[in-house]
Amino acid sequence: MSDPRNPLPLTPLHIAVALDGAGWHPAAWREPEARPTELLDARYWTDLVQEAERGLLDLVTIEDSFGLQSSNPGRPDDRTDQVRGRLDAVLVAARVAPLTEHVGIVPTAVVTHTEPFHASKAVATLDWVSTGRAGVRVRVSSRPDEAALFGRRTVEPFEPGRADSADTDGGPITDLFDEAADYVEVVRRLWDSWEDDAEIRDAATGRFVDREKLHYIDFEGPHFSVRGPSITPRPPQGQPIVAALAHRTVAYRLVGRSADLGFVTPRDAADARAILAEVRAEQAVAGRADETVHVLGDVVVFLDDDAAAAADRKARLDALLGRELISDARIFVGTPVELADLVLEWREAGLGGVRLRPGGLPHDLEQITRGLVPELQRRGAFRTAYEADTLRGLLGLTRPANRYAAV
Amino acid sequence: MAKKQIHLAAHFPGVNNTTVWSDPAAGSHIDFRSFVHFAQTAERAKFDFLFLAEGLRLREQNGQIYDLDVVGRPDTMAVLAALAAVTERLGLAGTINSTFNEPYEIARQFASLDHLSAGRAAWNVVTSWDEFTGENFRRGGFLPQEKRYLRAKEFLAATWALFDSWRGDEIVADKESGVFLADPDAGRFDVSSDQFDIRGRFSVPRSPQTRPVILQAGDSEEGREFASSSADAIFTRHGTLDAGREFYADVKGRLAKYGRAAGDLKILPAATFVLGDTDAEAQEKADVIRHQQVSGQTAIKFLEQLWNRDLSDHDPDGPLPEADPLVGENTIARGRASVRMYRDPIATARQWRELAEAKHLSTRELIIEVTGRQSFVGTPEKVADALDEFVQADASDGFVLVPHLTPGGLDEFADTVVPLLQERGSFRTEYEGTTLRDHLGLGDARPPADAIPGVGS
Ligand SMILES: Cc1cc2nc3c(=O)[nH]c(=O)nc-3n(C[C@H](O)[C@H](O)[C@H](O)COP(=O)(O)O)c2cc1C
Repeated sequence: MSDPRNPLPLTPLHIAVALDGAGWHPAAWREPEARPTELLDARYWTDLVQEAERGLLDLVTIEDSFGLQSSNPGRPDDRTDQVRGRLDAVLVAARVAPLTEHVGIVPTAVVTHTEPFHASKAVATLDWVSTGRAGVRVRVSSRPDEAALFGRRTVEPFEPGRADSADTDGGPITDLFDEAADYVEVVRRLWDSWEDDAEIRDAATGRFVDREKLHYIDFEGPHFSVRGPSITPRPPQGQPIVAALAHRTVAYRLVGRSADLGFVTPRDAADARAILAEVRAEQAVAGRADETVHVLGDVVVFLDDDAAAAADRKARLDALLGRELISDARIFVGTPVELADLVLEWREAGLGGVRLRPGGLPHDLEQITRGLVPELQRRGAFRTAYEADTLRGLLGLTRPANRYAAV
Repeated sequence: MAKKQIHLAAHFPGVNNTTVWSDPAAGSHIDFRSFVHFAQTAERAKFDFLFLAEGLRLREQNGQIYDLDVVGRPDTMAVLAALAAVTERLGLAGTINSTFNEPYEIARQFASLDHLSAGRAAWNVVTSWDEFTGENFRRGGFLPQEKRYLRAKEFLAATWALFDSWRGDEIVADKESGVFLADPDAGRFDVSSDQFDIRGRFSVPRSPQTRPVILQAGDSEEGREFASSSADAIFTRHGTLDAGREFYADVKGRLAKYGRAAGDLKILPAATFVLGDTDAEAQEKADVIRHQQVSGQTAIKFLEQLWNRDLSDHDPDGPLPEADPLVGENTIARGRASVRMYRDPIATARQWRELAEAKHLSTRELIIEVTGRQSFVGTPEKVADALDEFVQADASDGFVLVPHLTPGGLDEFADTVVPLLQERGSFRTEYEGTTLRDHLGLGDARPPADAIPGVGS
């Protein structure tokens, strides 16, 4: 535990909030403050992201998937008592970007059935319309029913937790993650396929661009070949942030190889250390040991000023659900002050910060921005004003050189 | 009878030589502020919609990236979603290719855009299919040219099945009873056709317009038929009164066999304009702009596109080349829809030669003559009259205006011509509805045509 009067001079703490529907508890939409009929409205998302920005958070993520939400991780269900239906996360992000100024915006993009060329220009454009605040969280889709929405390929059913064998080299999951790594490579090359000064508008020679500064990327892999260059000029950050959620080795490898930001799900500080060691090892294997990859711990949070009230609320939601909430991530029920202790403990274990998943929206988001953040500020552990205009800046990352630029 | 109303769209200046980037007033084509300026001008002038073109590979000529025109643009859907945040009524139309995309993803994006803009989304369905563009995509140039409209039709049918898979009354979200969805099967679809075999549940509930307004911009026989059966508006190149009337009659005449009325398909030719305080001043400005648009170098590039050979040594201020065009696949210019306009290059070259001789034109002057004429030039009064006459004479239902400057190219038109059209009673003074379908007077989205094969639900 850190001594609150004597915060360690660590690198800055990063706090992300994960936005999804009415919140991460399946019954959250029934809360009095919930706005379940507005989940498809721009106003709803704007309100949430602006609240995150008032709390000086580093970034918000926006969940997405192609299939309709399901209580079952591997296949669809036909439940009618939970939120169903959502909007494309990249477009939600673009819709809120002009109405915010500082907070990073990181939508989810599924990489299994989509074109890296389209994804690259979409995220680059998010970076243009947000003037440098874009990221993308890449997500693998392993559900057969999602493959059927595209009808282009089949994927083998995969039961998380049961099939560690699927993790072994050459297994179907490994293949999907290898494809994801190739996808990120293409997306990143396309971002660099225009040098920053490619647009010259040289009236004397009549040339708008210097074609020597536009680059073919010529990627060839088992799943796709992409020629380039992008149709979209290099975005303000040069390279927007790439993030991934990781629960297991195959995904830690993706973070180590491809990402700037990993979201992980430790049970406690010791687990956080172990996971972090794995991610760092994968980073080293990928030859990226000296690059900054922030690893944030995911926590589902139910917060109230009074711990009993938080517990009551969580119990009420569980009763509506008919069982206790289960999650891939640690579930925290308590006060923002208690959460601050956990955040700093994980911080000390080496994590770059946390990605908090509000149990209910907007309630738990407001508890984060109006409770947790002031508490961390009091302890000298969190920013009191935005110190940068770009997401890379907030994450302490410099603007990278272009891989194609002559040095 | 009420006067026929003009519909106006604003084409964001494109990556071709119509757009003049060398002018001191020319701003960024990628900075979002340019899009905001342009969209807000269009909305201030009560335009029906903003239009974005798209091409999925940078153009090349002589095996090199074409560098004389504006190059680079944002992702269509993302920039439209962002523009929905800074406008309230303006329709938002994006060009999206049916060859290098899949229906599920595109339906999801347009339904999302329609929600996020409260009913202002439009989709210009284009069918470009070339292998050159395909090199940027998973499947490459998989589609033979003759299948492009089959795929487009089936693509549209598949997205309609998706848009219609939610009726609109399923989300009850009753906190008391705990019922979120009234129907456990909401969003169910099943499509199997030549190009698609997809099934499951669509994840985006019904959007305000049910489906986006559908635009089409092909001009072949198949393209016209596709538009007549499926589109809400056509974007055409037929900009003269006679050509416009002929096209208008042709396409409107095809609607009845699809059970559609004449008003169900709007015909909107691309139109360029130059305004001045006097007609003479406008003509002078137009001439200057044409020379900005067609430099000597650009003239040579145009020549090469028709001649289909390297003419880099040709003098743009001299006469046309003596040799004939190379007939066959156009290998000189790639990633351009326009090269296919020249269906008989030898005949076109002959016409150009005759014209050049008759009018004593150099190569550059000839290219300006055949490619660079602005559609409407004059005082605001004269231009307003001409636009109105064009529409009242059934040569079109309105225009897609293509300014030559980013981002301010529409400002003067908005301030001077639009009020005159309003005075004439030919153009709205306020938006009457909230959705793009309202602006275009289209009524509710019709149910998917029964005739579309292979679509069940
Ligand atoms: C006015 C006009 C604008 C067009 N804009 C685009 C565009 O932005 N992107 C594109 O890929 N194709 C564009 N096209 C090409 C057509 O949509 C269509 O794919 C092509 O003309 C082939 O069809 P066709 O043989 O029926 O003409 C345009 C065509 C016209 C006539």
